[in-house]
Amino acid sequence: MKSAAFDYVKPKVLQEALSLLEQGGDDARLIAGGQTLLATLNMRLSEPSVLIDITDLKELQGITVVGDQLRIGALVTHTEIEDSELVAKHAPLLKAAAPHIAHRAIRNLGTWGGSLAYGDPAAEWPACSLTLQATMIIHGPAGERRISAKDFFIDLYTTSLEPDEILVATEIPLANKQEVFYFHELARRHGDYAVAGLAAVAQKQDDVLNHCAFTFFSIGATPVMATKAQDLVNGQKLNDELIAKAVATARDEIEAIADITNSAEAKQHLIGVLLERGLKQMVA
Amino acid sequence: MSLKKKISMTVNGQLVNAEIESRKHLVDFLREDLHLKGPHLGCEQGACGACTVKVDGQIIRGCLFLAVQANGKVVETVEGLTKNGVLADLQESFLRHNAMQCGFCSSGMLLAAAELIEKQPKATREQVREWISGNYCRCTGYHSIVDAIVAVLDTRAKGQTNKPVVAHA
Repeated sequence: MKSAAFDYVKPKVLQEALSLLEQGGDDARLIAGGQTLLATLNMRLSEPSVLIDITDLKELQGITVVGDQLRIGALVTHTEIEDSELVAKHAPLLKAAAPHIAHRAIRNLGTWGGSLAYGDPAAEWPACSLTLQATMIIHGPAGERRISAKDFFIDLYTTSLEPDEILVATEIPLANKQEVFYFHELARRHGDYAVAGLAAVAQKQDDVLNHCAFTFFSIGATPVMATKAQDLVNGQKLNDELIAKAVATARDEIEAIADITNSAEAKQHLIGVLLERGLKQMVA
Repeated sequence: MSLKKKISMTVNGQLVNAEIESRKHLVDFLREDLHLKGPHLGCEQGACGACTVKVDGQIIRGCLFLAVQANGKVVETVEGLTKNGVLADLQESFLRHNAMQCGFCSSGMLLAAAELIEKQPKATREQVREWISGNYCRCTGYHSIVDAIVAVLDTRAKGQTNKPVVAHA
């Protein structure tokens, strides 16, 4: 199908983009990579009157280390994350996750910020940002505000971004030498949306994991953390018995939602499959 | 508000100026306005990869990119990349392994495969399969396509080039 007609503007600076967004109201949409937006336009699932192309905005570009944080601009593409040496060193979970995002031709355009702002519960970056305790840096008419990933994802495709705000970048604490991670998703075809996925990190000392963060995606309306399973594992010597307990706890505390092809029961089962594999890999 | 936009881009080495509707995606512009029929349209939602073209040196989905977004950029299609020889050994290998079949997916497959060979010269057969899983072949001819790509990776790794299957005039 073909999209309905719309106007297109490409502001040069952030302030201009914010003004255009305010003027455009509900009929305006931001476009960066556009890898979800263009599909919805082509299918006429969305008919905005104007697209505001934000790809020229300098504030939204680049991957840098700022103090003890890795700053990833909203316009950074999935490919840039996949290929970045800074990401490989300071946020290796993201490097491991990137190849699971669709296919290279899509990763070459799709952006970090676009994925976070869209808030798809089946997407990789919302789950990773939650696991890595990312801070979202947002600009709006009132200036800058910062919000933790934990408070950012509210509901299905719903974040705490206001309609007149733009996600500029995120900051992620740098990984230290004790950090271990696990990322995997179960999908019917490589690159498809996951049936269920897990993004996990922990601080490892011998057979003990501390500061565990286990985030499941494609399971609920938002990415969801297995907080009780995390608490159970934290600081304890990891053995088969504890892994079995953690698996049962995670299955118990998270309520999976069915999707068009997979039942809630199947997803509930896969939570345990992923956590068992993840724990074994992180402690190996 | 003006729905038509003036754009200028380099397509297969030539500067192109045009006035188009904002909503026109890149492959419709290439096919309808420039009569380049190499990039195909399949699903128009990013699933099939038939529309794959290069923008500023990277493969993209031409149906998920507006022509107006390509303003000021360098666009390459299978036509241009065939002419300048970038795809030559892949094309020879596709012929040798009977990986063309109906040809609908071939331009996208060739461009995706070329980026794989550039980015992952040591790719395993499994990685080749993962990489091209974003390009649908309606004839389900994946086996021969994977064979053809793996053969190019092998010959490149040995520092050789494929010998032509067909004698060129």
